Order: sequence, then structure tokens, then C-alpha cells
Amino acid sequence: MTKNDYVLRTVEERGIGFIQLWFTDVLGTPKAFHITPQELENALEEGMTFDGSAIDGFSRVQEADVLARPDPSTFQVLPYEGTGSEIARVVCDISNLDGSPFEGCPRHTLRRVAERARTQGYTFYVAPEIEYFYFSSADPTIGPVPLDRGGYFDLSVGDAASGLRRRSVKMLEEMGIPVEHAQHEDAPSQHEVDLRYTDVLTMADTVMTTRLVLKALASAEGLVASFMPKPLASVQGSGMHTHCSLWSNEENAFADASDETGLSPTARQFMAGLLVHAPEITAITNQWVNSYKRLVAGHEAPVSIGWARSNRSALVRVPVAKHGRLESTRLEYRAPDSACNPYLSFAMILAAGLKGIEGGYELEPELTGFHGGVRPLPSNLNDAVDLLENSALARETLGDHVVEWFVRNKRAEWAAYKSEITQFELDRYLPTL
Amino acid sequence: MATDPILCLPASIDPSLLLGLSQAGYRLAVQDDAGTGEDRILAALVSARGGVDAAKVLCAAVRNSSEDQIPVLLLVSQSDVSSLDHTSGLFDDFAILPSSAAELLVRFARLTAGRTGADGETIVAFGPLKINTETYQAMIDGRVLDLTYMEYELLTFLATNATKVFTREALLSRVWGYEYYGGARTVDVHIRRLRAKLGEEHASLIETIRSVGYRLGQPSWANTSIQ
Repeated sequence: MTKNDYVLRTVEERGIGFIQLWFTDVLGTPKAFHITPQELENALEEGMTFDGSAIDGFSRVQEADVLARPDPSTFQVLPYEGTGSEIARVVCDISNLDGSPFEGCPRHTLRRVAERARTQGYTFYVAPEIEYFYFSSADPTIGPVPLDRGGYFDLSVGDAASGLRRRSVKMLEEMGIPVEHAQHEDAPSQHEVDLRYTDVLTMADTVMTTRLVLKALASAEGLVASFMPKPLASVQGSGMHTHCSLWSNEENAFADASDETGLSPTARQFMAGLLVHAPEITAITNQWVNSYKRLVAGHEAPVSIGWARSNRSALVRVPVAKHGRLESTRLEYRAPDSACNPYLSFAMILAAGLKGIEGGYELEPELTGFHGGVRPLPSNLNDAVDLLENSALARETLGDHVVEWFVRNKRAEWAAYKSEITQFELDRYLPTL
Repeated sequence: MATDPILCLPASIDPSLLLGLSQAGYRLAVQDDAGTGEDRILAALVSARGGVDAAKVLCAAVRNSSEDQIPVLLLVSQSDVSSLDHTSGLFDDFAILPSSAAELLVRFARLTAGRTGADGETIVAFGPLKINTETYQAMIDGRVLDLTYMEYELLTFLATNATKVFTREALLSRVWGYEYYGGARTVDVHIRRLRAKLGEEHASLIETIRSVGYRLGQPSWANTSIQ
């Protein structure tokens, strides 16, 4: 039996009516074709040709046609879509017509970096904590209305949202997405779903799936699941803290029992790489104007560069490994937000860490007390994009095609934002100036 | 879809054994004058408490009742073991009384693994789990499990070799072959995904054997209520 046989046979046996071929654009927006079972065999063998020029980051002047190649190992029935006949999805890689990887395909980008780690003997595992809000509507003229007044870890919030979150977690589990735990977060109507670690490519697919499932189930109940980084000004935003570990054969390459912090030299170099390159990768992990409203002091979000074991606003936190559980040694990178492109964000995090290992970077001292680091993270999208544009690491990791398209797109977003007169300005200046 | 039942002969088998089997998800059937009322039988449990000769008659009746080779498990007391004729072909395995539901579960799992079903499909079954290896469909308690390719391969391998313990390395080389990504952690990740899909009540079907590996179906499982 081949993977293709398994997929085709299952489609037949389960009476699947449609297959969604999923892929992701440069900004992390989920995209899909719908094909019938009759078209599936051909799609699996030869791929589906489509005009990529309409898709963000895919557009090129000549030769707009690209090929979506389904990855049969990702075939999964979508239980939430089942209305009469079942629907399944297969995640695709995007290739050029000659079969070579398409430069604008984020999944290829991540696979390339993961392969590089592999040639050095490492497998990269990640476990993100996805924060998000439930609102009653996504209508901008109404604004975000929380569904409850609950707080961190509240147990008995008898609201629609907590029940919805539980049902969503159950659905994720049914789809083979293990959830480590889920809880009410700090802010009203804010929730968190922590995914159990897996290899980085699978996890990027999983983050896309998780967001879709959370949104689909909320929408079915007339509610909205929002991954907007900072929807409410006075409370914390939605981060996607990402726990990272490198494994070498069967060993956690980050663990060292003899070290005071429990970290191996490899972990220290990886972390040093993350800290050195953090400013230039922030445009990717925090890609929206609104992302920088989250990265402000006072809401447990990082604003400067440093690492610590207990300081929860540090950019990199080293969670204390449970006693004797060396395999759980990991680093938590706290900058990314829930609206990032997981493929490109994980790719940049891994590339920055590998750079630290390859270059034998020296780790700066741990932050003490509640002081932040000396070097700041970029404080707005424009500064972040400047840093990205000049980053050799970004060009080497993402390729010129993606960097240049991304910079153009983000400059346009910044220009549009700059041309707005905000409520803040009207409130503050109109009566007095 | 209901699971094919285990035929119990005679009806007077120790109730605690039968309770253990039914708690583990097996359906039980008893033959009376009107027959069993069942189209298909998964396996038969025959007690020789009424004497070996009487039991042989019951075994022969099972053998003759269907063209399918229904596996027969014979319950026999210690003193009667010497009078069993292993070459008679009337039973496939036996357990010595007093036995336990746990022992019977393990024996049934092995007897019914790889059985050929009505349409010639090959069924791998263990307790509430049933995998059709012709159609690649896995079911738990009659509910379809929507598995990815690797999840299916791993579950089928474990179910085919139920109650055996495998190290992560053994699973990697036998299930993944050379095409795997990320060492033995991959196994842990897939086991966790399978458990998620099996659902809370059946997640413990796959047991972690600390510092060794995994196995599907553990003896203590019989004592847990699965229904």
C-alpha cells in the first residue's frame, strides 16, 4: 500500500464528497481548492495547475502558473465539515511547472530550514501556545465585544465561550491534534490552546488547522474566534509563545544535567542566535501594524531582548524542566503573535538558532529581577520591515522573492496606516490644538 | 456497526469471566434451541467443566456451524488437561480454570487477529477496536476513526501484535521503515495523536511501558470499564 492508495481508498470507503487542497500564502492566509474524488487521483499524481498571480506573494511577472502538489501524509477527514457527505483535506506544496519548489511557498521554505537542521543531526520540535479571543461579532463598526469578564485560569465562567472552547479542543483531538491544555486567559473572553510538541513542519500545518477549526466552530455558533494580536487596548494581546527544542538522535540536545540552568552549550548558542537576530525576524513573527500594539510594556509581552528563567516578560524564557525530566528542556520564544504565518515564523526562529550554533555565538548573561534587556525589539511595523529588508539571515532563509514581496506589501500597509487619523488623535488634539 | 459476538457454550460459564469480556467491549451470544440469532460469530468460548467429552461435542458443533473457521477457546480444569487431544483440531487455544477475564482477553485478541471476514476482508480486532485491512478502515466501538496514513499503519501494526511490547526503535524500523522524520520522538508524537483520536475512554488501549515502549491492550485493561 502506498500513501496515495491509502488516501484514494479511504475517500471511496468513507464516501468523501469533496477534498480541500490546502495551501498558505506568504502572509499565512489559508487558501484552498475544492476538488471531487474523481479529480483526486490525478491531483495526487500530477498536482493541480493554477494561476498563482492572484495570490499574495505568489505573483510574478512572467509565468504565473504554478502547481499545487498534495502531500498525502496530511490527508485528514474534517469532522466539523461533515454535513451529509464528508469533506477531507490534503495540505499542498507549491511547485513550479517543472517540479522545482516554488520560491513563494512558505511550506517549502520551512522544509528547507528543517532539512538544514537535519543535515547537522538535529530535529526541531515546537509547541506553540495559541491565544485568541471570542467576540460576538467581527464587524469593525461595532468593535470587539468580549463574551465574559473571566480571568486567568477561571474555572467557573459559565459563558458560551468556555463551552465552545471545550468542544473545539475535543474536535482538535478527534482530528489527531493533541492539546496539552486549554484555559481561560488573563483578559476577558481570551482563551489559550496549548498544542503538544511535534516536528516543526507538521506543527506549522497544525497551527493552520487549529486556527481554522477554532474559527469554524465559533462561526457555527454565531460567534467569532479572533487571532488579532491586540484587539482590546487595555488588556493583554494574543501571543503565540513557541516552545522550541532540538533533538539529536534520541537525546534532547538542549539538556545538560550538569549545568546550573540545565542548558547545554547547544541550547546556549541557539538562544544566543535567537537573541542576536530577534530584531530582524520580528517583521515575520509580528507581521501586522497591530502586532506592535501588543509588544508594549505592562502586559507580559516582550519589548526588549534578553532571556530569563522566571521573568515572564523576557523575550526568551527558559521554563524550569521538571525534576529529572531532562527531555522536557526547552526554550520559549515569546515574541510571535497568533496572527503570524507559522511556516515563515518557525523557519526564521530555527534559522536564527542554527546561526547561533554554526557561529558559536556567546550567550549574554541572564536578565535579573524584572529589568528588561538593553536592546529593544522594533516598536512598529515600519522599523521591523527596515530590519528585515537588510537582514542577510532573512534573505538566506526566505529567499529574495519572499523578502522583496513581503517588504513591498508591508510598506503599503504602513503607508495606509500612516494616512489614517485615529480616534486617539481626535480625542487628544481636536479640543486643544 | 455492531461487533460480531463471542459465542459462549454452555450458557453457565462463570459470570465474572463473562462480565470481564463484556466490559472490555466484546458482545456475547448464547446458543439455544433456536440458534444464536447471529449472522456471524467472532469466536467461541467453550467450557469443559461438564467434562472433556461433552466439551468436544460443543466444539464440534461450532466447527460444523459455519464455513468460517471460527476460533475456539476451550476452558478446561487442570486435571483434564492431560486428556485433551491437541491434534483433534476442535479447538485453537485453551485456558486452565480458574482463569481470569484478563487472560481470556489476551487469548481472544490473538485468536481473532487477522481473521478473514464475510466478504473476504481481513479484520484485525482487539476488544472494541476493529481494523479492516482491505478497506483501510479502523473503528472503535463501531465509530469510524479518521486516521492519517502513518496513524493507520502504526495502529494496525500494534493491533496485529496486540499485547506485545515494542520499543520505539522497533516501531520506527517496522512501521516507518527508513522514511521517518526525527527519531524515536516521532513514535511518541504519533502515539499521542492516536490516543487523541481514540478518545478519552479508549486512549488507554495503547499503554506506555515506562522506559521500554508501547503496547496495545494490557492485561489490566480487562478490569477497567470500557462501556
